[in-house]
Amino acid sequence: MADAAVVAEGLGKRFGPVAALDGVDLELPASGVLGVLGPNGAGKTTMVRILATLLRPDRGRAWVAGFDVAKNPAAVRRLIGLSGQYAAVDPFLTGRENLVMIGRLYGLTRRQARSRAGELIGRLELDSAAGRLVRTYSGGMRRRLDVAASLLAAPVVLFLDEPTTGLDPRGRLALWQVLNDLTAQGTSLLLTTQYIEEAERVAGTVVIIDHGKVIASGTPDQLKTRAGGDRLDLQASPGQDLHKLAAVLAPLAAADPAVDETAGRVTLPVADGAQILPEVATRLAAAGLHVAALALRRPTLEEAFLSYTGQPAAGPPAEPVQLEHAARRTR
Amino acid sequence: MTTVTTGTAAYRGSTVPASVSIATITARNLRRLFRVPTLLVFATVQPVLFVLLFTYAFGGAIHVPGVTHYIDYLLPGIFVLAIGFGASQTGVAIAEDLTTGMIDRFRSLPISATAVLAGRVAADALRNLFVVALMIGVGAAIGFRFHAGPAAALAAVALAIATGLVLSWLNLLLGLVVRDPESAGLAGLFPIIILFFTSSTLVPVATMPGWLQAFAKANPITVITGALRALCLGGPTTRPVLEAAAWLLGLLAVTVPAAIASYRHATSA
Repeated sequence: MADAAVVAEGLGKRFGPVAALDGVDLELPASGVLGVLGPNGAGKTTMVRILATLLRPDRGRAWVAGFDVAKNPAAVRRLIGLSGQYAAVDPFLTGRENLVMIGRLYGLTRRQARSRAGELIGRLELDSAAGRLVRTYSGGMRRRLDVAASLLAAPVVLFLDEPTTGLDPRGRLALWQVLNDLTAQGTSLLLTTQYIEEAERVAGTVVIIDHGKVIASGTPDQLKTRAGGDRLDLQASPGQDLHKLAAVLAPLAAADPAVDETAGRVTLPVADGAQILPEVATRLAAAGLHVAALALRRPTLEEAFLSYTGQPAAGPPAEPVQLEHAARRTR
Repeated sequence: MTTVTTGTAAYRGSTVPASVSIATITARNLRRLFRVPTLLVFATVQPVLFVLLFTYAFGGAIHVPGVTHYIDYLLPGIFVLAIGFGASQTGVAIAEDLTTGMIDRFRSLPISATAVLAGRVAADALRNLFVVALMIGVGAAIGFRFHAGPAAALAAVALAIATGLVLSWLNLLLGLVVRDPESAGLAGLFPIIILFFTSSTLVPVATMPGWLQAFAKANPITVITGALRALCLGGPTTRPVLEAAAWLLGLLAVTVPAAIASYRHATSA
């Protein structure tokens, strides 16, 4: 435990009748990156707030850099950086003034705070806006400024609660680069995210939480493996009946095939892909079906998430369209 | 591999000294004062309007026994009104900081729980010093004079500022409890308005109906205004000042610990 940046044991927190956290265990090794993945309302923010000493847990214990968060919050605060779910920056100060203020409150001297603020403004690509009131910033710029504020005192353990929500792809890439540099230098990072891609991109270890409980944890690779076998993607030739294709191959699948009408694709979860490939070809030929392409691959973390939680994680759009269909059907 | 902290010299010793954290938060709030239009109006236009409106709208009709110029009677009470209105913005600001997550950030920093609140109160006190000076200037231009000497005049200013301190703490508590900025503003203004019109600020208590007199005499605004008047106009000061001090200390004893306790558990959402 001495080497762990964060340890949580059986953390529980209720808000009235709702169990926001229901016995969460997790560990972030020193200099490691832990991604906490979960849908909205899973308890991610509550967990970050407890670890950052903002909330006291009802039960369980947690240590940050060896200090008990409930018993020694002052020691924990000297070692952490936090960027919460909202961009917590003062709209009536300039970007630079915000950073210098936070630097002073971390105990940096005036000179240190200024030079550190300048450095972070450069790294998060805020140079042209640093002298403007934050009121005039876009959401993405505020977000980056907020992350910069959490980095001012070169924290030993950094907590980021959905840091790239609201960032455009370029801002997201820039932030990931900054985070990779930081962790390469030894900062331990715990970040929550709704984005599979982010967890996979940044985190060495991922825990999936839902309804206040850890439902799976491991490296992205392990999670995918445990989600069960391989996936066989079949790209149908134009004009082919996807449902017929799915029906013909269903006996070979380890679970129900997924039919994606828009992409013209059928995906089969299979236990041992390599061995069934000949059988797939035989059955397709017997049914007189043609496929344009066929690919065997590992499940994506998205599919793993789905198999653990029973609901998709937030991802790049396409959902609204499906919702519309669903709404029309129910009318 | 060297650790990342060596080059940047983060403060790892202990909690950041209160002098630094309070000064930093005070500076933040003073900057906002000049940049947020509402705050600037509450600190400049409104106090001047209060002095002019009440003097000219009521001054002609009201004759207070023993007072030649109504402005001499009125101005000490208007100090309290302007400071009270300004203090309602303190509740708004802390509720905003709560809902926007600023308080989450401050609470994750190695500073004491009182620094954020004390920095706010200190900035308010500096603003109030300006507001009182402005009202004295405008009042003097239309006939107001101190009649009890410079020491008493300074004591009057000090008492007005002390009243502001209490109202700032009260509004911090309201903002932290109410949490919604707009409601916090109303919660701060409502008691001031009620207490103002049922006090001796505009008219002597003796002119009120009997049932209201008892309330008006016990009203803290009457007590504080009475002490301010004694210091501005002359006459016995010991007893009114002690009564006012008792009110202020009593309110501080309740609001300061309650506000700090609320702050310690405050988080957004």
